[in-house]
Amino acid sequence: MAIDNLVWLLPLPPLLAFFVIVLFTYRRKALSHSLSVGAALLSWLGSMVVFFSSVRAGAEGLGEHPFGSTLNWLPVGEGWFQIGVLVDPLTAVVLFFVAWTILMITLYSVGYHNFGQPEGDHDRPGLPPEGATVDGHRVPSIEPLYSRFFGFISLFAFGMYTLVVSDNLLTLFVGWEIMGLCSYLLIGFWYGKLSARAAMIKAFLVTRIGDVFMLLGIAYLYSATGTLSFRGIFFNHEVLQQLATQPSNFLGLSSAGLIGILLFIGTVGKSAQFPLHVWLPDAMEGPTPVSAMIHAATMVSAGVYMVIRIFPLLSAGAAEGGMTSPMLVMAIIGSFTALFAATIAVAQRDVKRVLAYSTISQLGYMVAAVGVGAYVAATFHLITHAFFKALLFLGSGSVIHGMEHGVYHTGDHLDPQDMFNMGGLRSKMPVTFWTFLIGGLALSGFPLVTAGFWSKDEIFADAFGHGHLAVFITLALAALLTAFYTMRQISLTFLGKPRTKAAEHAHETPWTMTTPLVVLAVFAIGFGWLGIPEHFPVLGGIIPNWLGEFVPASLPHRLAEIEFSWTPLVTSLVVALGGLTLGWWIYRDVPEGAEDPIRKWLGPVYTLLENKYYFDEMYDRVFVKPATWLAETFTYKWMDRVVIDGFLHSVARTAQLVGTFLRDKIDLPIINGFGDAVGAITAKAGEKVRRIQTGRVQQYMLIALVVAIGTLFYFIVQ
Amino acid sequence: MELVTNNLLTLILFLPAVTALVLALIPGKNEKLIRWLALAGSLVPFALSVVLWTQFNAAEPGFQFQVKLDWYEAINSSYHLGIDGISLTMVLLTTILTPLAILTSFNITDKVKAYMVLFMLLEMGMLGVFLSLDLLLFFVFWEFGLVPMYFLINQWGSEKGERTLWKGVTVKARTYASMKFMLYTMAGSLGLLLAIQMIGVAAGTFDLPQLFSIWKGVEGSFFGLDMESVKTIAFWAFVIAFALKVPVWPFHTWLPDAHTEAPTAGSMILAGVLLKLGAYGFIRLVLPLYPEQASQYAGVLAFLAVASIVIGALNSFGQEDFKRLVAYSSINHMGFVILGIAAAARVGGGPDATLALNGAVLQMFNHGISAAAMFFLVGVIYGRTHTRDMNQYGGLFPLVPVYGGILIFSSMAALGLPGLNGFVSEFLVVRGAWPVFSVYTAVGMIGLFFTGVYVLKSLKKVLHGPLNESWQGKLTDINFREIVVVAPLMVLMLWIGIWPAWILKVINWAAGWMF
Repeated sequence: MAIDNLVWLLPLPPLLAFFVIVLFTYRRKALSHSLSVGAALLSWLGSMVVFFSSVRAGAEGLGEHPFGSTLNWLPVGEGWFQIGVLVDPLTAVVLFFVAWTILMITLYSVGYHNFGQPEGDHDRPGLPPEGATVDGHRVPSIEPLYSRFFGFISLFAFGMYTLVVSDNLLTLFVGWEIMGLCSYLLIGFWYGKLSARAAMIKAFLVTRIGDVFMLLGIAYLYSATGTLSFRGIFFNHEVLQQLATQPSNFLGLSSAGLIGILLFIGTVGKSAQFPLHVWLPDAMEGPTPVSAMIHAATMVSAGVYMVIRIFPLLSAGAAEGGMTSPMLVMAIIGSFTALFAATIAVAQRDVKRVLAYSTISQLGYMVAAVGVGAYVAATFHLITHAFFKALLFLGSGSVIHGMEHGVYHTGDHLDPQDMFNMGGLRSKMPVTFWTFLIGGLALSGFPLVTAGFWSKDEIFADAFGHGHLAVFITLALAALLTAFYTMRQISLTFLGKPRTKAAEHAHETPWTMTTPLVVLAVFAIGFGWLGIPEHFPVLGGIIPNWLGEFVPASLPHRLAEIEFSWTPLVTSLVVALGGLTLGWWIYRDVPEGAEDPIRKWLGPVYTLLENKYYFDEMYDRVFVKPATWLAETFTYKWMDRVVIDGFLHSVARTAQLVGTFLRDKIDLPIINGFGDAVGAITAKAGEKVRRIQTGRVQQYMLIALVVAIGTLFYFIVQ
Repeated sequence: MELVTNNLLTLILFLPAVTALVLALIPGKNEKLIRWLALAGSLVPFALSVVLWTQFNAAEPGFQFQVKLDWYEAINSSYHLGIDGISLTMVLLTTILTPLAILTSFNITDKVKAYMVLFMLLEMGMLGVFLSLDLLLFFVFWEFGLVPMYFLINQWGSEKGERTLWKGVTVKARTYASMKFMLYTMAGSLGLLLAIQMIGVAAGTFDLPQLFSIWKGVEGSFFGLDMESVKTIAFWAFVIAFALKVPVWPFHTWLPDAHTEAPTAGSMILAGVLLKLGAYGFIRLVLPLYPEQASQYAGVLAFLAVASIVIGALNSFGQEDFKRLVAYSSINHMGFVILGIAAAARVGGGPDATLALNGAVLQMFNHGISAAAMFFLVGVIYGRTHTRDMNQYGGLFPLVPVYGGILIFSSMAALGLPGLNGFVSEFLVVRGAWPVFSVYTAVGMIGLFFTGVYVLKSLKKVLHGPLNESWQGKLTDINFREIVVVAPLMVLMLWIGIWPAWILKVINWAAGWMF
C-alpha cells in the first residue's frame, strides 16, 4: 500500500537537505535555508498524509493493521535482523506534533538568524553575530555560519523522524543518537564561546551515560527475545510473560524489570531526569531555535516517547492497575524531578533558563505518568507540552531578539536574557506577548481553555485514581510552583513598566518569527479539546475524547478505566489559579533595579535554588575531577609510564647489566683474552721467525738444501 | 584472463613485491615517478581484491581460490593459499589502506625509493598472513612484515622527542619506539615458532585445513608430555604472541610509542592492518585449533579485553598529545574485538557466538578504516602546525572548516555513533557478549562511555573554543590530495553504517562455519 512506503520517505528530505547543504550549498545562504525549510515542509506534508490516513483507518483498524513494512538489514547467523517502519496510533499522534513543531522551528530560524541583514562588522564564525553598522546605526547582523545551522537542524529533523517511524529499538536508537550528535553540534553552534564549548560536551556526555545503559538494555532484550521489533515483542503475550517471570539474577529483578530499568536510564539521560538533569539548562547556550528543537519538539520528547512505546514491556507482569519495579522507579524519579526542577525554576533570572527547568519538570510529569500506568495521559501531555513549550521557547527567543534590538539601539552593555532587565514588553511586542501568554497559561494548566490543563488534569486523575497518593501530592505541589514561576516570568517580562532603556526600545520581530508563534499558539489551546474525558462535568461528551479512544489502540490490551473524582479536578484548579495569582501579585510591578522580592523571604534557600542545589559543583568534585585524575595521572603516568614501562625498562636494564657483566668479566678477560693471547703468541713467534726472513735468495736456497738433505737422510736411516 | 582468475591470490600476494623490485631498479632521483609507480602498483592488488570480492561465493563453506604447491616437502609444509569470508575482509582492508597510505606518503621527501620499496614489502607481508593456509608460511609472513615496519619507524619516524630509559640513558623517541615494537613482537614470535614446530612434529603437517580436521584427534606424547599439556602449552604460546600484537592490556605500551613516532602512513597501516594480524591469529588459529582450551580460558581473555577497553579509553583521555590520544584509542577499540572473540570462544557455537564473531571481524574492519582516517587527520594537522600538543591548537575550526568537518565525521565514526560503521560492530559484540559475559560487558560500557569522553576532548582542544590567534593566517585547509585520501574512508564509514549487509554477509557465513 502506498502509505506503507510513504512512511519510509518521511525522514529522507531533511537528510538530503543536510547533505546538500553541507557538501554543496554552504556558501549560498538563501538556497540553504530554502532547502532546509523545503525539506521540513515535504516531511510535514508526508506526515500529515500519514496522520490523516491513520485517523481515517480508525483506532481499531490501525491498531490491528498498522502501516509499515520491514526489510532485511543485518545478516545474523541463519536469519536476518530486520528493520522497518511502523505507524500505529501512537506513532501517528507523535508524528503530528513532531511535523508541526519542526516545520515551525525551521521557519522561525530564518528570522532568528537575521536573514536579510548585512554581514557583521567584526563577526566571526563560531561566535554570535554582534551587529553591523549601517549609516551610523547599529543593526543586527546575519549569522556567519547561517547555512551550517540549517544543515544541522535538518539532520536533527532526520534523527527525530527516524526515531518516530522506527518499528524496532535499534533504529530508534540510531535516531536517538543522531539527535545526540546534533544537539552536541547545535548547543556548541557558537563554539568559540567557552561556555558553549563546555555545554556541548556536557550535553553529549551526560546523555551518553544514559545511552550506554540503554545499549545494554537493547542487547539484553535482543538476546532474551531474538528480536527488537516492537510488535514482535509487545504483541506476543508469551514472550512478555516469559520476560516477566524469568529472573535476571540482579537485585531480584525479572528480565523484563532489568531491561525496563536499563532502557529507562536512557530516558533519564535524554529527557534530563534527576540525577542526569544537569546538561539541559546549560544547553541554553545554543541558539534559541535549537533550544526549542531540543527541549520541546524532539530530543527530550524522544526519551518520553521511548518509555511510552515500551510500556507493554515496562508493565509486563503487573497486576491490574499495579506497578512493576521499573514503573515504581519511574514514578519516583519522575515525580521527584517534577518538583525538584520546579523549585529551581522559581529562582532563575534568565528567561530561557526558567523554561529549561520547567521543561525538566514537565518531563518529570510524563515519566511519572508512565510510572503510574497513565499511558494516554503521558502521551497527551507529551503532545501538548511539545506545542506549548516550543511556543514558549520561540517566544522567549523573540523576546531576546526584541531586547537585542533595544540593546543595539541604546548601546548599553546588559544581558538581553535577564528578565529583570525587561518589563513592559507587552505593548512593544504584542504578538509575542499574546502568544507567550497563551503558552504560559497552557504550561500552568489554566483551566478549561488551554491544552496543558486537560493533559495535566488527566495525569492527576490517573495518579489519584490508581491510588498513588504520594505521586499525586508531589505533582500537585509542582503544579503550584509551575503556575507561580510562569506568571513570575510573564509579569517580569511583559507587564509593568520597562526597567531598562533597552526594554523601552524593544521591537516586534519579523513575520518569519511571529507566524510560528501564532500557529503554535493555536495548538497550545486547541489540541487539548481532542482529549476531554467523557466523565468530565458538563463539558465531557460534548466533544468526543478522540485521543483517549485512538491512542490506546497501540497497546495489545485494554487499559483500566478510571472513576471520575472531584479531588484531582479541584486540586488542579486550585494550584493553577493559585499559583498564577500569587505570581502576578508578587511580580506585577517590580521597579527598576529591584531585587527579586522572594529573595528576602526565602533567604539562604533562595541562594540554594539560584545555584541549582550545587549539583554542578558536586558532580565536578565527585565525578569529573577524579575521572580526570584517574586518566591522566593514575592510568597513564603511573600504570603505563611507571609500572609497565618501568618494568620493561628494568628488564632491558637487567639485560644490559648481564651483557656488560658478560663482556667485562667473561668476554674480555677469558674469550677475548684467549683470542688476544693467541694473537700475541703468533706475533711473538713471527718476531722470532722474522730473523730468518732476510730476503737473500742464496740464504733461502741454503736453508732449502739443508732441509732437503735432512729429510733425505731421515728416510734413508729409516 | 584465465591465468589471472586462477592465480588471483598469488597475484595479489606477490604483485607488491614485483612493484618493489621495479622500484628498486629505478634511479632514486626520479622521486615523482617512484611515487606514482608505487601508487599504481598498490592499486592493482586493490583492483584484484575487488574482483576477488565479486567472485567470492559467500554461501560456499570452506576456503576458496586455493593454491597449493610443494614448498618444504621434507617437513610437509607447502605453499598453500586460500580465503574464507574472514580473510577476504582483511585482504580487502589491506589493499584499500595501502594505496591510501602511499598517497599520504607523497609528502615524504627523504629516501623516497627506500621508503616505497619498504612499504610494498610491508604490504606483501601483511597479505601473506591473511592468505596463508600453512602454519609455517603464516609464520614466515608474520615475521616478514616486521622488518619494513621497523625501518619505517626508525628512519622516517618523527624527528623530535626523546625518551629517558633510566637515569642517564636517553634515546631518540623513534629509535626507542621502533626497538620496542621489534622486541615485543619478537618476544611473542619466539613462543609462536616453537608452538608451530610442536604442532608440525606432532601432527606431521603444517597444512591448516588438514590440521583443522586431524589436530583434535592427534594422540601420543611429545618430549614426555601428554598431548593435553602439549596443546595447552601451544595454546598459551599462540595466545601470548597474538595478544602482544593486538595488543591487549597490559602488553600494550609498545603501541602508543610506535604509533606516535611512526610516519603518518606508517601509523595508518600499523593501526589499520598490523593490529588486525593479532586478532586474525586468534580467529584463524586459536579458535579452530584449541576449542577446548579457548573455551576454558576465555574468561581470562574477556577480562583482558575489558581491561583494554576501559584502561585504553582512560589512557586516551589522559593524553595531551593528539597522536598519542588516537594511538591509545586503538587499544580501546581492539578490546571489543577481543571481547567478541572471547565470547565466541566460551560458547563455541550457536547464535551468540556467531553474533559476537561477526561483530569482532566487522570491528576489525571498521577500526582499520576509522583508525587510519584518524591517524591521517592527525598527520594533516601536524604537517601544518608541527606540533602534536593539543594545548597549542585551540579553536582552529574557523581556519580549517573542511578539515574540521571531516575530523568531526571521522571522530564520530570512531566514537561509535549509530549511522556510522563503528556502531554496528560494537553493537554486535555487545549483543553477542552480553549473554556470555554479562558482567564484563557491563563493565566494558564504562569504556564505551570514556570513548565519548576522549573523542570529545580531542575535538574540543583542536577545533572548538576561542581561536588561538597565533595560527591566524598560517594554516591552510585540507588540500585536494588529502581529501582524496580520506574520502574513500568516509564513504566506507557511512556505507557500512547504513547498509552493513554487503560486508557482513561475507563475514557472517564464515563466522558460522568456524564452529
